[in-house]
Amino acid sequence: MGHDLLARLTTVTSLRRPRQRVDTAPGGGAAAAFPCAHSLALVSANPTGTTRQGAQQRVAVGRRVFLGLVGLGAAGIVFGAKVQNVLSNVVGSGLGGLLPLGDHFRIYSISGTFPVIPRSEYRLEVTGLVDRPQTYTLDDLESMPRTTFVKDFHCVTGWSVPAVHWEGVRLSEILDAVGVQKAAVALRFESYDGADTESLTLEQARLPDVIVAYRMLGAPVTTEHGGPVRLYVAPMFGYKSLKWLSAISVVDQVIPGFWEQNGYPLNGWIDGSTGATDPSLTGGAA
Amino acid sequence: MTPAVAARPRTTVRIVRFDAVQRTAHWVNALLFGILMVTALPLYFGSIAGVVGRRALVEQIHLWAGIALPVPLLISLLGPWGAQFRRDLRRINVWTRDEVTWLKALGRRAPQVVDKFNPGQKLNAIFTGAAIVVMLATGAMLKWFRFFPVDWRTGATFVHDVFAFAIFVMVAAHVLFALAHPDSLRSMIRGWVTQVWAARHAPGWLAEEQSKVEPDTVS
Repeated sequence: MGHDLLARLTTVTSLRRPRQRVDTAPGGGAAAAFPCAHSLALVSANPTGTTRQGAQQRVAVGRRVFLGLVGLGAAGIVFGAKVQNVLSNVVGSGLGGLLPLGDHFRIYSISGTFPVIPRSEYRLEVTGLVDRPQTYTLDDLESMPRTTFVKDFHCVTGWSVPAVHWEGVRLSEILDAVGVQKAAVALRFESYDGADTESLTLEQARLPDVIVAYRMLGAPVTTEHGGPVRLYVAPMFGYKSLKWLSAISVVDQVIPGFWEQNGYPLNGWIDGSTGATDPSLTGGAA
Repeated sequence: MTPAVAARPRTTVRIVRFDAVQRTAHWVNALLFGILMVTALPLYFGSIAGVVGRRALVEQIHLWAGIALPVPLLISLLGPWGAQFRRDLRRINVWTRDEVTWLKALGRRAPQVVDKFNPGQKLNAIFTGAAIVVMLATGAMLKWFRFFPVDWRTGATFVHDVFAFAIFVMVAAHVLFALAHPDSLRSMIRGWVTQVWAARHAPGWLAEEQSKVEPDTVS
C-alpha cells in the first residue's frame, strides 16, 4: 500500500522536469489547424531552437510557476521584514491600514468578549506586600506624573506597529507611592477580562519605559486596545502588555501569567537578551 | 480514423469534465477555503474582532481548517481513484507556447487552441496549489513561532498577509467567472458538459475525447 502511494506520488511528480518537451497536440488536429505563419512569428521571437514546432509546442511551465510562487513565499519569509519596513516607509501610515502590510494591530483577547469599563467605574487596585494599599481611579492616575513616548509595538508572532504614541504613568511611580516592602520580588497583574494575568520582576517593573497607559495612538486607550487602562512594557513583546488592567499585587515570587503558562517565555525581551531598555529614557545607561 | 473535426458536436451528448473524486475534492477544498477566509477576517481586522469576539475559538477553527487543507487534495490525488485528477494535473502543468505567450501578455492575447483548461484556469489551479503550500508553511510558523527567529516570524506574517490578500482576489475572480459561466459551474457540480460547450470552450479536449486518445503522458 505504501509502495503504491509512493509510486503514484512519483507519477505525479515525474512531470516536474522543467522545459521538458512533450509530444505534440493529440491527434495533430489542433496543431494542423494553424497556419505556419503564426508559428514562424514565434520562432523568430524565441530563437532558442526549442520552438520549432511553434505555438502549439508544449512545455512544462506549470511546475515552474508553482515553484516560483512557493519560492516567492520562502523569500518573503526570509526578507519580508526588510520589504515591509521599506513599504511602510514609502506608503506611510495612512494607507497602511488598507494594504496587507500588517502595520496595524491585530486584536487579541483571551475571553469571549472585550470587557467594557466606563471611565467613571474604572479602578486599579494595588495590594500585596506594600505599606499603603491603594485603589486608583482614572482621575487619580492622570493626576500623577505623566510620561509620554513613541515606541513600536512588537508581537511575539512577528507583526509589529511602528511609532505608536503612548501616554501614562510609570509603574515605578505607583510602586513608590504605595511603598514596596523588603520581601517583595515580583508583580502580578490581573485583567478585567477575568482570564489574563501577567508577571514582571520588581526590577523589570521599575524600568522607565514600563507604564500604566491611559492614552495610546493619541487618544484614550480604546476598549479593543485594552482601555481605559492597560499595561505597556516597551522592551518586551506585546503579550506582556496586559490589557484592561484591574489589579497589581506585589508578591514574593514570580507567578507565571496566562501566556507564560501557555508556553511563552517568562521574560519577553524583544531583543532576546536578558534585559534591555531604550537608552534615551535612562540617559544612556541601558 | 475519422478526423475529429468531422464529428458535429451535439448538445445531447454529454462529456464528463470532472469525475466524482475531483468534484468532491473541489468542494471540500472550497469549504475549507471558505472557513479559513471567514475566520481570517476577525483575526486580521480589529474592528471585526470587536464584533465577533471569542478569539480563541476563531483561532482554533482557523488553525484546524488550515491543517486539514491539503488532506482532500492529497487523498483524491494519491488514491487509486485519482487517475483523472492526475491526468488533469498533468494538463495544468503542460502549457503550449501559445498559452505562455498569453501569460506573458497578461491575457491580452487569447490562446489559439484551448485544451481542456484555458490558461486562466490553469493559472488559478497552480496559484491555489502554491497558496496552500505557502499558507500552510507560514501559518505553521506563526503557530509554532518559538522555533523561528523574530525576523522570520515577521516575514511569515508578511507573506501570510500578502498571500491571503491574493487568495481573496483570486477566489473572488474564480467565483465571478463561475457565476458568469453556468455551464462550467454545472460541470463542477454534476460533472458533465455538452459537446457543443466543449467545441466552443475546449476544442482541443473535445478532439481528444472524440478520437478516444488517452491524454498525452509525460514519462
